[in-house]
Amino acid sequence: MRDASPAKTYALHIGVIMLLFALNFIMPDYHQGLFARIMALAVFAMGYNLLFGYVGLLSLGHAMFFSAGLYGAGLTVYHLGWGVPEALVAGIACGALLALVIGLLALRTSGVAFMIVTMMFAQVFYLMILYFAAWTGGDQGLVIQQASRVIAIGGVSFDLTDPTVRYMGALALFSVVLLITLALVRSRFGRVLVAIRENEERTKMLGYDTVANKLVAVVASGAICSASGAAYALLFGYVGSNFASIQYSILPLLWVLLGGAATTLGPLIGTLFMYYVTDITSGFTSAYLLIVGVALILLVLFAPKGIMGSIRERWLGWLP
Amino acid sequence: MADKNGFFDLSKTTLSRRTALKGIAAGAGLALAPGFVRYSQAQSSAPIRIGFQSHRTGIGAAYGRWYEKTSAAAVKAINDAGGISGRKVELVIEDDGTDPARGAEVVNKFAKQHKTDIVFGTLFSHVVIGSAPAAGENKIPYFVVSEGHHVASTKLNRYVFQPGITDVKSQIQSMAPWIAANAGKKVTQIFPDFAFGYDHRDYLPPALKAQGADVIAQIAIPPTESSFTKYFPQIPAETEVIYHVMVGPAVLTFVKELGEFYGSQRPQLFGFMDSLEAVDINSPGLEFLDGSHFWEGSPRYAQPDDSAAQKAYRAAVGIDDNGAAVGDPKDISTASHMFGCWETLYVVKKAMEDAGYKGPEDRAKLVEATEALKEFAEGPEHPQGPKTFNGKIHQCFGIQNISKVEGGKLKVVHKTKIEDGLYEPEGDYTTQAL
Repeated sequence: MRDASPAKTYALHIGVIMLLFALNFIMPDYHQGLFARIMALAVFAMGYNLLFGYVGLLSLGHAMFFSAGLYGAGLTVYHLGWGVPEALVAGIACGALLALVIGLLALRTSGVAFMIVTMMFAQVFYLMILYFAAWTGGDQGLVIQQASRVIAIGGVSFDLTDPTVRYMGALALFSVVLLITLALVRSRFGRVLVAIRENEERTKMLGYDTVANKLVAVVASGAICSASGAAYALLFGYVGSNFASIQYSILPLLWVLLGGAATTLGPLIGTLFMYYVTDITSGFTSAYLLIVGVALILLVLFAPKGIMGSIRERWLGWLP
Repeated sequence: MADKNGFFDLSKTTLSRRTALKGIAAGAGLALAPGFVRYSQAQSSAPIRIGFQSHRTGIGAAYGRWYEKTSAAAVKAINDAGGISGRKVELVIEDDGTDPARGAEVVNKFAKQHKTDIVFGTLFSHVVIGSAPAAGENKIPYFVVSEGHHVASTKLNRYVFQPGITDVKSQIQSMAPWIAANAGKKVTQIFPDFAFGYDHRDYLPPALKAQGADVIAQIAIPPTESSFTKYFPQIPAETEVIYHVMVGPAVLTFVKELGEFYGSQRPQLFGFMDSLEAVDINSPGLEFLDGSHFWEGSPRYAQPDDSAAQKAYRAAVGIDDNGAAVGDPKDISTASHMFGCWETLYVVKKAMEDAGYKGPEDRAKLVEATEALKEFAEGPEHPQGPKTFNGKIHQCFGIQNISKVEGGKLKVVHKTKIEDGLYEPEGDYTTQAL
């Protein structure tokens, strides 16, 4: 990665945010709704990318952080009648706390063992959701009623079920997380994470506490993923255990691989690509997952660094 | 035609033949003008488009295939008889992958991209619950065929209806009197440790209690389990009836191991057909079920006393006397549930015609017209049997069948009454704004 002037990098990212803002006004209704969902889930992918792309830790359990946010926000609204902002904070806090505990335990391992340990914890989390079905709704899940999904700020209320408000809510979260991620990976801390990914022993030898840095990365990643989960519950009104299943641990991995690991915009591109391939091909065949699979294989063969990774490699070396 | 004073004198007005012809020609010309044709078609003869949220892939695929067959047959029958208010009906199908997140997207797609009039056909409860918010936000009526209690619990929203199949709470309640009177009074339940099992866990004990019988043990089996023998010693020795509702591929192992555990000396067995939908009752390992009893929504096997409507329905859908696809005896249907698609589409027809439904602008009227429905008589439109409908909880109530496994077939031995399955409403959707 060649270093670019900060102005150029920030201009690109703000340009992407402005483009997404403008799209709200020109896209057909259906695509506006789909983009809101994609932006909320791209945040999940960005959280995953922080750990996988920049630290090189491949987790197979990130569904637990997403669903910690989903349930942290959803259950406080459903059972305690909390407002949207408090529920969002509760969801992020749940995810960050869970990430801290899981990080302390799982970071004693690395490589394949890290994958297995994170997957096992995620499975425990998933089964706990089923076990406490009286509160979580088990495998059927819970609906957050429309009336509970309204934010009142200074006498003005924003109904998250309104397509434009929902789109803007998802865009706001996406923008904040994108800029935080960008600042993070450009910071000294971000460089240390990349150094750990490239050669942990050497980084340690240079005097960095690699375990502490990795733990911070796990917590940051968990918090971002839980922000996505919390937003998903509040924006779309459904909280269900399938979001904690192994499928939702693998999906962010695929989105990031497709878009480009260790690129700030890759998670958005990967999520967008995968969603639209599924959406369009499912209209023609029930074997759409086969097409998604073939697309993935082709990408691994011909663009192993993902879409944004390949663009960076071939044309725009300054992309973060 | 003005009189001398400049006023119209209608008494003196005469209409010549030439004038009449001119008028008719002008009217015909107007009607044939391209813009007018489009307008009149949009309002009166354009097809009614029904978005069918189908489980084509994922764990619900076996059901999804038969739900599609049944719905296609119902649409053909409705169209052959003139459609809905004279308009043809057209199914627009999207696969939801039996996934609630995708389900919500599919509902959005129907409402905003395909612009269908309603959404219909979902079975799996988690997909219904995941999709319901999208239906409410789009204000598009969502007719599900799920049998879950979620609609009747009034935890969803005013746009969600289940008028073609009874809910599991009602089904369980209807079974209790027969079990207590005929199978035994000491019941042990074995159920999967997730929501489908919990409905049975929660609703059966009070229903049996009311009949003077008791659930003496409840054994929840984790969904990840593939062998069951270790759970069987937990079944109390005094058990008179084992009530089992295991579902999924593990059911064959479950029955085989239960057979090995008991041998020929077994308690009575009572199960729900959900366990064996799309599965051949004569599959190896299921011999142990011979002589046991099952709940069936609509009988899989043709019965000697089948009504003409039931016979016509089976022929239209394409199932033979054994409940398999005509021409493919190995392709077993999901007969206990799929009739709900047929009946729901006829409820939609009735409600649309009652509402004078013209297009999406009349969706609120359609909701109110559906809520106003009270009962559906047994007949070609409702071949499973008569039903009542509670507009406050958007749920129908009907008869249930209890069938005995005899000689590799299921024979209906008892039909419950509608009243057996009624319960106190838990809320009222009609108080919610449209």
